Amino acid sequence: MATAFSATLPLHGSSQENRLLLPPTRLPPPSSFLGSTRSLPIRRLNHAHAARRSPVVAVQEIVKEKKPTNSLLITKEEGLVLYEDMILGRSFEDMCAQMYYRGKMFGFVHLYNGQEAVSTGFIKLLTKSDSVVSTYRDHVHALSKGVSARAVMSELFGKVTGCCRGQGGSMHMFSKEHNMLGGFAFIGEGIPVATGAAFTSKYKREVLKQDCDDVTVAFFGDGTCNNGQFYECLNMAALYKLPIIFVVENNLWAIGMSHLRSTSDPEIWKKGPAFGMPGVHVDGMDVLKVREVAKEAVSRARRGEGPTLVECETYRFRGHSLADPDELRDAAEKAKYAARDPITALKKYLIENKLANEGELKTIEKKIDDLVEEAVEFADASPQPGRSQLLENVFADPKGFGIGPDGRYRCEDPKFTEGTAQV
Amino acid sequence: MIRLLDLRSEKSGYCFPVSEKMWGILGRRAVDGGFSASSFRRMRSGLVSARSYAAGSKEMTVRDALNSAIDEEMSADPKVFVMGEEVGQYQGAYKITKGLLEKYGPERVYDTPITEAGFTGIGVGAAYAGLKPVVEFMTFNFSMQAIDHIINSAAKSNYMSAGQINVPIVFRGPNGAAAGVGAQHSQCYAAWYASVPGLKVLAPYSAEDARGLLKAAIRDPDPVVFLENELLYGESFPISEEALDSSFCLPIGKAKIEREGKDVTITTFSKMVGFALKAAEKLAEEGISAEVINLRSIRPLDRATINASVRKTSRLVTVEEGFPQHGVCAEICASVVEESFSYLDAPVERIAGADVPMPYAANLERLALPQVEDIVRAAKRACFRSK
Repeated sequence: MATAFSATLPLHGSSQENRLLLPPTRLPPPSSFLGSTRSLPIRRLNHAHAARRSPVVAVQEIVKEKKPTNSLLITKEEGLVLYEDMILGRSFEDMCAQMYYRGKMFGFVHLYNGQEAVSTGFIKLLTKSDSVVSTYRDHVHALSKGVSARAVMSELFGKVTGCCRGQGGSMHMFSKEHNMLGGFAFIGEGIPVATGAAFTSKYKREVLKQDCDDVTVAFFGDGTCNNGQFYECLNMAALYKLPIIFVVENNLWAIGMSHLRSTSDPEIWKKGPAFGMPGVHVDGMDVLKVREVAKEAVSRARRGEGPTLVECETYRFRGHSLADPDELRDAAEKAKYAARDPITALKKYLIENKLANEGELKTIEKKIDDLVEEAVEFADASPQPGRSQLLENVFADPKGFGIGPDGRYRCEDPKFTEGTAQV
Repeated sequence: MIRLLDLRSEKSGYCFPVSEKMWGILGRRAVDGGFSASSFRRMRSGLVSARSYAAGSKEMTVRDALNSAIDEEMSADPKVFVMGEEVGQYQGAYKITKGLLEKYGPERVYDTPITEAGFTGIGVGAAYAGLKPVVEFMTFNFSMQAIDHIINSAAKSNYMSAGQINVPIVFRGPNGAAAGVGAQHSQCYAAWYASVPGLKVLAPYSAEDARGLLKAAIRDPDPVVFLENELLYGESFPISEEALDSSFCLPIGKAKIEREGKDVTITTFSKMVGFALKAAEKLAEEGISAEVINLRSIRPLDRATINASVRKTSRLVTVEEGFPQHGVCAEICASVVEESFSYLDAPVERIAGADVPMPYAANLERLALPQVEDIVRAAKRACFRSK
């Protein structure tokens, strides 16, 4: 059911527009398209409308075409890397839930269970200097990008060994080394920041004449697609042809607000062509399909052809956050998506195509379990931040504020509290 | 607008363009010993301490000062770029960025669509990744559409990331009331931004302030909100040779004593500095010597200078253009009461704009903003010379 993306067709279909490759009979009935078993009235896709859409080719077709020629989508090494990354994401998030209910973690914690295919599918194609910008559901994005499990777990525990020394928390994972540019609590806030990072990449190439083909991937949800900043950035990214990929993790729910209830046209990928960039819809529960689309989108961006909007239909197995009772979602819907668990799907693929056997996968699972356990122990054993850390890092250049004339942080000076907070 | 003074000629002493205040001093000195190059230099050093527009050889409008500051910083560092509405082909909505597009090209001077949230966020993202954007808001009223990015993704990032990601960005534009632009274009945002830890907030008054503070802001590795004033753009101020040097920078977090005095301290920023100086003249005629402090930096606030001055004069009048509740003046009053209470001889006086959205009618607008007479009256109240 994935209407997807063709590498060879131009951005704004010219005469090739009519090579519209989705004959009406293939159009799926709206309810299964969006995965909801509720029968909400959905605007039927207008076939005439469809003719004017930007060129699409179903990725499923590509995949199916490749199979008969016996070339698989991934090699064994790649497959194991993907599997390990998804298992890491899943185990880590499960451990977060446990730790939260034991009181080790606090505040707002948003888990990524079920959506691992999107993170792994995209981020494992990136280099260290490419940037990732995410939302509050950012643990797994940070892990996929390379931030160590120890650092993320410590950050969640609020310890000084965390990736942000305990200052950021669950929703604000930053890592300059791995170019993980956050972790934003406001939805839509990361999109312009990601666009700016992509802008920098282009600026470095064109103005500073550096050899830079870094791309930026911005992850955000379906609820964000109704926010003004999203459209502003789609416009500017296409206008300036920035090397950015906008990845919509459409899990159909924004806390308790169903995507269908809040959006006039629920098909988010269509909003790309409206701004002059390709819009792709892909099955976000299948890491291989996501990876195929991601490969094309990333190479498009690296070649300088501009942005892409990728809508990944995915699902979160847990509630919006650990404080969400998750009462509004249908059990049948959850079961339906649980059956499409990306990890089991990849496992099945690897085993069926003889890329790996049970033993190897079990070894990976055990390794990850140990890694996550060790991360918890490390975080537990780490100290909490010292008192002086409260007033540090407000400014990068503390001369204006943080460091006094004697060169020491002013918070160490007992007279610091002149007219401001008591420490 | 820049007129050169020939220091060697005695006659020229009478015709260089200075403000009336400077005229007064020079007139007196002229009576004493006549003009000569050496007495000029002595005067200049004396003047620098008194009011520090050096015995001006040149004058510059604030607009030119800002333009030259941005120009020099852009030529010094290729990572600096300008972004905003109408900054390029239109030469700047208030012509501050005039000539930059021709000089640096469209890769460094971006005309954005009307998307404050979008382009401010893009600027912040570019700063995360290592560039140094100068984002212009047509007025700071429009920054409200982008305030999420200024505060949540710019100001707080260095803290949230524990120092990993700093944001060397400058948000600049006109702030406060102009002439007859109505309620939605006249608000002063100094208090709003100055309450946020992680931001530096600057408010220049003269051309020297504008140049020095903007250069410091662009070089600063932290997010700076640079509040200009539309009505000051066209005003000329004398400017010294030091200020014209391309490495001239003023320190962030230091206030300037524009006029020394011993009876009452008047603290203010931006356009109100001019009003306060005029008020100080009027007070001088009545025998009250007012010390006028140009705050320059609203965050960090130079509490040391303010308190030292209050301890000297024992009376304080704070002036600002913005809304009174929770304003900059309120913070200064609190700071002075906390630190220098035993030195105060009179209650602290606070002059702010009227607690109403800005009306349009010219006479009402005049009533809604502090005027020179209001400052004079307040100072006299503080000195117990009136009820």
